[in-house]
Amino acid sequence: MKKKLTTVVFEDTPEKASKLDALISEYKDVEGSLMPVLQGAQEIYGYLPIEVQKKIADGLGLSLSEVYGAVSFYSQFALNPKGKVAISVCLGTACYVKGSGKLHEKCMEITGIGAGDISPDGRFSYEATRCIGACGLAPVMTVNGDVYGRITPADVEGIIAKYL
Amino acid sequence: MITIEQLNAVKKEYEPKVAMRHGHGHFVDAGDGIRKDVLICGGTGCTSSSSMSVRDALLAELKTAGIADEIKVVTTGCFGLCALGPIMIVYPEGTFYSKVKPEDIPEIVKEHLVGGRPVRHLLYHETVKGDEILALDQTPFYAKQKRVALRNCGVIDPECIKEYIAVDGYQALAKVLTTMTPSEVIKVVLDSGLRGRGGAGFPTGRKWMFAEAQPAGKKYVVCNADEGDPGAFMDRSVLEGDPHAVLEAMAIAGYAIGADEGYIYVRAEYPIAVHRLEVAIKQAEEMGLLGENIFGTGFNFKITLRLGAGAFVCGEETALLTSIEGHRGEPRPRPPFPAVKGLFGKPTIINNVETLANVCQIILNGAEWFASMGTEKSKGTKVFALGGKITNTGLVEIPMGTTLREVVEEIGGGVPNGKKFKAAQTGGPSGGCIPASLIDTPIDYDNLIAIGSMMGSGGLIIMDEDTCMVDIAKFFLEFTVDESCGKCAPCRIGTMRLLETLEKITSGNGTLEDIDRLEELSEYLKSASLCALGQTAPNPVLSTLRYFRDEYVAHVVDKTCPAHVCKNLMKYKILPDMCKGCTACARKCPVGAITGAIKAPHTIDPEKCIKCGVCITTCKFGAIVKE
Repeated sequence: MKKKLTTVVFEDTPEKASKLDALISEYKDVEGSLMPVLQGAQEIYGYLPIEVQKKIADGLGLSLSEVYGAVSFYSQFALNPKGKVAISVCLGTACYVKGSGKLHEKCMEITGIGAGDISPDGRFSYEATRCIGACGLAPVMTVNGDVYGRITPADVEGIIAKYL
Repeated sequence: MITIEQLNAVKKEYEPKVAMRHGHGHFVDAGDGIRKDVLICGGTGCTSSSSMSVRDALLAELKTAGIADEIKVVTTGCFGLCALGPIMIVYPEGTFYSKVKPEDIPEIVKEHLVGGRPVRHLLYHETVKGDEILALDQTPFYAKQKRVALRNCGVIDPECIKEYIAVDGYQALAKVLTTMTPSEVIKVVLDSGLRGRGGAGFPTGRKWMFAEAQPAGKKYVVCNADEGDPGAFMDRSVLEGDPHAVLEAMAIAGYAIGADEGYIYVRAEYPIAVHRLEVAIKQAEEMGLLGENIFGTGFNFKITLRLGAGAFVCGEETALLTSIEGHRGEPRPRPPFPAVKGLFGKPTIINNVETLANVCQIILNGAEWFASMGTEKSKGTKVFALGGKITNTGLVEIPMGTTLREVVEEIGGGVPNGKKFKAAQTGGPSGGCIPASLIDTPIDYDNLIAIGSMMGSGGLIIMDEDTCMVDIAKFFLEFTVDESCGKCAPCRIGTMRLLETLEKITSGNGTLEDIDRLEELSEYLKSASLCALGQTAPNPVLSTLRYFRDEYVAHVVDKTCPAHVCKNLMKYKILPDMCKGCTACARKCPVGAITGAIKAPHTIDPEKCIKCGVCITTCKFGAIVKE
């Protein structure tokens, strides 16, 4: 999936910064440690802004292009922060056969943003995800980590409204 | 360090505690005051339908009823019948409660757990036969299954190593370390006929043999748990339900090839599996079943967990290794094969989760036992994730050679809503569709290849008459275009061109030449791509062309979509005989495309219609149809 750079301004806190420093020094000499460090950093910040990537590159002795190359390659790494209401729809085969394509359209219509985007006010973010493995409940959408299964496009608005 | 005597002592202590869960109706007194075991599924499917709040409600209710010391509540891995979640099973009876809600708990506790009378209206309906209540393995869904890789899923607590030890856990490791040479271990695996369950079906023993033959020195065992095929979740269920079986098998593999270190590369999208693996590794290390000098034999083995980050191509073995090394997960040309030059440049074997889940059973029961199941060239069983338009969605393990009909009609309970079975899709984006005419094909590696699909990792998606095969091919190509890593041109450009052509066809602008072009381009992709992702990406197109060519032709010549899926190729129409002129649809239509007088048949203006389908769901008389 194509990734878009964020327009949200990066805000660091001393607490988060020291967590990241600790993470980098823990993995500094471990072979092949870039992935665990990126995953840890994303846990700290919620996403991977370019400022954080620079720090990781310097800390691990890599070039920024190597770090950015990995971040942009893997779909789990987010260049955008998550919205207050983070919505995703599963587009795995089992869900797709059961009509998740229509949920996908409905979510984009309601939020007014495309897949992988965050609304300018930071209220919504929307993702079309790969199979989350809840195929027994297909079609499935999640909002802030809560799973909603066996739903129709008509249910989407009501589900999102619970989080506003 | 733990000795074999100590391991056996744990086994002896815990065996009675899990014994109730095997026999039906036979109470086993473990001397701990427990009368019944209540098993609740803690797999991804059931926790998504709130099985953990059911468990919490149960624990609270047991306390209130004063029987918390007599009833043991166990959170297990997947039982398989995900469509019926949350699932709860009460032993020793083996009664099967489905779709349990926290509000149901007081009744179950009062009537069943205290009163001894199962609550019939909350049981899975297939288990209630007149006055009789069947145990779960007597239902059609389970009766045809043969559980080897899944034997402990839904039986033991995956976060308790002692329960695993009670069901012969770590006995296979003890056996190989104390009584077998590495080449004897490899011979058993080779003789069993076990083939890789990740998709390609390469003989596991041969893989081990190649790595063993490399000069001694640093070697690695890697477990591929990057289950990327959409609709496949068997590896996740094994990891969630029986993580130790995988750890033990990795240690056995390590002994066989002379490796002292293993990596598990697991999808980050599987938080429960990751957590259970972390717990399992920690417990195994604490007991000395992983680490230094295991069983005092001088054999060392440690396992490190690495999380994927959402890249389908990382399921390809060389891309997976590149990813563990900390780079973009791009594949490398083979040869050199990983068995010669793999992780960090050292000899490495990469085995899939389900493959490994079979290994301990093969060691304990022998190669002949395993080879007695299945077909001539495909031995043992295979786990399938059954999904799509099927009544019993979930996880099934069947002997190789079971026919697709048995899976769909008997185990799966058929296609719901009176619709017709149209095709089954296996192998995910690398596989193909099996049409209804081939429903009696026995499922094994070679048969599936022969009919233009493949085993793949085991996703089995059922499609009914409402599925458009051109749209499905397009769906898979969208996936591969997204997931192509971009390293080689045939895959990067070829998948995109295939997708564009399919889009042209589904939007109504296709020509017969486009169909020929799809075939031609597909052949180029198969022969020129660097890795399996690109080589198999055209399979969904080729197999749908092979069996459903008439649907492609309908799209390009007649400009219709027979399954009424492709928007540009269908029209909504009001049947004048059925329309009562109630105006409900006209009021709901977002673009004002429907007109007509009250109590007179209405019409839809095709120029204005955006085919949103609101009218169809609004009409109470079934007067609106797609054509």
